[in-house]
Amino acid sequence: MIRIDNLVKAFGPKRAVDGVSFAVERGEVLGFLGPNGAGKSTTMRMITGFLPPTSGRVSVGGHDVVESPLEAKRLIGYLPEAAPSYPDMTVEGFLDFAARMRGLAGAARKRAIARVVELCFLESVFAQSIDTLSKGYRHRTCLAQALIHDPEVLILDEPTDGLDPNQKHEVRGLIRELGRTKAIIFSTHILEEVDAACTRAMIIDRGRIVASGTPDELGRPLDEVFRRLTRPDTVKS
Amino acid sequence: MSAWRAIATIGRRELVSYFTSPVAYVFLVIFLLLTGFLTFTAGAFFERGEASLASFFAWHPWVYLVLVPAVGMRLWAEERRAGTLELLLTLPVSPWQAIVAKFLASWAFLAIALALTFPVIVTVNVLGDPDNGVILAGYVGSLLLAGAYLAITCLTSAMTRNQVIAFIVALVVCLFLLLAGFSPVTNLLTRWASPAVVDTVAAFSVVTHFDGFQRGVIDSRDVLFFLSVIGFALFATGIALRRR
Repeated sequence: MIRIDNLVKAFGPKRAVDGVSFAVERGEVLGFLGPNGAGKSTTMRMITGFLPPTSGRVSVGGHDVVESPLEAKRLIGYLPEAAPSYPDMTVEGFLDFAARMRGLAGAARKRAIARVVELCFLESVFAQSIDTLSKGYRHRTCLAQALIHDPEVLILDEPTDGLDPNQKHEVRGLIRELGRTKAIIFSTHILEEVDAACTRAMIIDRGRIVASGTPDELGRPLDEVFRRLTRPDTVKS
Repeated sequence: MSAWRAIATIGRRELVSYFTSPVAYVFLVIFLLLTGFLTFTAGAFFERGEASLASFFAWHPWVYLVLVPAVGMRLWAEERRAGTLELLLTLPVSPWQAIVAKFLASWAFLAIALALTFPVIVTVNVLGDPDNGVILAGYVGSLLLAGAYLAITCLTSAMTRNQVIAFIVALVVCLFLLLAGFSPVTNLLTRWASPAVVDTVAAFSVVTHFDGFQRGVIDSRDVLFFLSVIGFALFATGIALRRR
């Protein structure tokens, strides 16, 4: 479903993503690990078409993201890192907007909204204005937006960030469940999430893939593998 | 989803967001009070002794100078600041659809504000026998003028995440477009420059092109001027948005 070929993103002289290639098929959940600034978010932004790649190709469901962006974007549900939403809208209004933008109308739109409200546990705040919500609810509102059109591809940038332990558990379960029928990439710094939700994990450091495989193939314990393969950002290159 | 449905959906969200915050009401009240004051007091509506809205429309380039950038400054700067730009541009819409949608929504808001000045039409028709065709032309010109200022504000708003910067830069650019044809400035210019140069500079001014509408003439060249300012500024907005 997702095919990435020698992807590069340079910001001035700095190569944030430096020759990354991988593929994710339907039924796979790829955990994207790496220290801060490793290039996880930049890679995800290129997959979703928000950032144009400096070189290399991204295709989603056979559509090149640069050449036919609309076809690719239709297949993708995206939760950006900061989980942004329009604070002046209610949860209901925001999800209605997202559903309309995905071309859902009438009864299908109502059903889609009801489905994601249930999946993301938003019933209690459905009519509330987003700027009155706590961080966890805002986060889940944005996640609900990503799921509204039941996309074949999910790109989730730190989907459990800012959630309490119960919510983290629920979201991991949700990702695992959705991963049976979809192609999912999610990024995290939390190593337990790899075991909890992923079929495959990839460690990325300074724009390059340094390890890839099932959690067992990467080695145990994971945090030692992670520390061995990546350099902390306090160390100068 | 068709391009127009996407534009309608984004535009509707944008227009509704004006009215769910106090911004719309503050703007409408200030706009109506200000135009009322300028028309009747500073514009000497009654002392003129003529049934026309000349004293009403003459102030519009100045009133819009402050109020239109205030309406448009948040359009893109706020999306950048809040990170919703990333959300919007990863939805299945092309950037130009989003640009047109947001512009049209704000323009519609300004049209609502302008429509709420209808009591002046009633007043002048009760007191005298004005040429309502001239008044209609004035409204068309005023709306186009607001659109030109608004498109420039879209551009400055797309260049920054700071609404204050977007506001000030838009105001300065619009002020240039205004002063280039403002008679005290053109009179000053004629002392040094040849009339051809002065005319060329004035041809870039919104005042020069707004004049005809105030006299009741809808000249296609003037319409074209405003539409090309809008088109150019929105095109440039697209380029500004590529920087993410």
